Amino acid sequence: MPEHTDRNDATGTGARRIELRALAYDVAGTRLIDVPALTLRPTGTTVVMGPNGAGKSLLLRLMHGLIRPSAGEILVGGRPLSPRQCKAQALVFQKPVLLRRSTVANIDFVLKARGKDRSRSRSLLDRVDLAALADRPARRLSGGEQQRLAIARALATEPDTLFLDEPTASLDPESVQAIEGIVAAAARDGVRIIFVTHDVQQARRLADDVVFLSNGRVAEEASAAAFFNGPETDVARAYLSGHLDRLVET
Amino acid sequence: MPITASDGHSIICLAAALASAKSACKPLPFVGMSLVFRKFCRKREILQQIAESVGLAIGLLLAADADLLEIVTLSLYVSLSATSIACVLGLPLGAILAVTRFPGRGPVLVLINALMGLPPVVVGLIVYLQLSRSGPLGFLGLLYTPTAMIIAQTILIAPIVVALSRQVLEDLHLEYAEQFRSLALSARQTIQALLWDGRFALFTVALAGFGRAVAEVGAVMIVGGNIDHLTRVMTTAITLETSRGNLPLALALGIVLLALAMAVTAAVHGIRAGTAGHADA
Repeated sequence: MPEHTDRNDATGTGARRIELRALAYDVAGTRLIDVPALTLRPTGTTVVMGPNGAGKSLLLRLMHGLIRPSAGEILVGGRPLSPRQCKAQALVFQKPVLLRRSTVANIDFVLKARGKDRSRSRSLLDRVDLAALADRPARRLSGGEQQRLAIARALATEPDTLFLDEPTASLDPESVQAIEGIVAAAARDGVRIIFVTHDVQQARRLADDVVFLSNGRVAEEASAAAFFNGPETDVARAYLSGHLDRLVET
Repeated sequence: MPITASDGHSIICLAAALASAKSACKPLPFVGMSLVFRKFCRKREILQQIAESVGLAIGLLLAADADLLEIVTLSLYVSLSATSIACVLGLPLGAILAVTRFPGRGPVLVLINALMGLPPVVVGLIVYLQLSRSGPLGFLGLLYTPTAMIIAQTILIAPIVVALSRQVLEDLHLEYAEQFRSLALSARQTIQALLWDGRFALFTVALAGFGRAVAEVGAVMIVGGNIDHLTRVMTTAITLETSRGNLPLALALGIVLLALAMAVTAAVHGIRAGTAGHADA
């Protein structure tokens, strides 16, 4: 098995396979993440779902190497997560953190930092439909525009895997549609997408497979069709039907 | 305070004084002048002195007095040079302290914050001991030169620049840290980005340093010596004129110094306003 994974590392999408083994993350003695085993397939779009406080954002940060697990390990392409592998990933935060510069300068900054061709910045802005606002201060863009810029900046790093942590939270439907279009296009271009949301309809539109979290544990992991057509756990069924509160009460 | 009959004499004196402005404050030839009248005369003296000083200051500026221009130019040269050097050294150091964590960082921050209150005369004395003929750097022959004054002012304001920039950039780094880690930026790239994005706040830090430098007298007096046409700056000139009893001229120079500081501040704010449109600081 390791030999097979190594071959994939060198040539194909196997390098993007993320495996979590006995992963745990504790804060002040409380276990917030507890995942005995989980393997995310190396292609397509995985949607991580779950109610508030389920640990979705924490899991994303652990997989991106922003925080260290208290126990267990994360393997990418069969190897422990390394700074080099983290560099091949990108993360878009729920609230975009933009530099105090123009829109195009935000892209230029990343291209320069990664030693990439800075002439790509305009085409990246075109890709997220922000070329007309290239010279506007980034922090004066609307919420949806700022999030599109954050995605363009993440794509500027040419990531193998793109994590998105509820990028459409509190955006209007038009902005949501625009961002979903950009994410879908990136997925078509071969970027591995791991998308956190608690919007069931959005998950239906984007997901190839779903990881459903509850109380820091993976309650269910399945293909999108299987998950939405017949969730296996009570908590997932209750969540999809919008009656999670009743389950909690009982 | 209600006027009583006993004050009648004073009121007559007051009327006489007001009738003749030029002689108002001359000692009047009767004994037992009331306290009210004496206070009035004193206040009038002060007001006249201020008015005279303002007039003198405007006159000095309008006449573009060569001596004054020389002093102003040297003041600006010394203080702006010291501010520039302190910023070149202090801003990166402040950024490093903002971004990095190392054993002993806490005591280092306490020390730098404490150095913000360095007494100028102490700095002047230390630099004097280093640059004096018998000191370790005496061979450089820098004592009583503008260079010595720049060195003293740089030492004086560098802790201010380091401490304030560290605070400004640490706050900014709190906002950016997770994004920068996600982008896998090196410490050098992080520091460069923070310095650039915090540039408008850092302008204010530099202004604080300049303000301290241009208003400082103790250190430049000791290492510069207040030598006419060589090391005389605004503050040392003011000190000299005060000791000579030439208070209107001292006050006039003070007004020019204040105007100078305000002009530099306004220029920096102008630059900031002109460029802030591209950033949203």
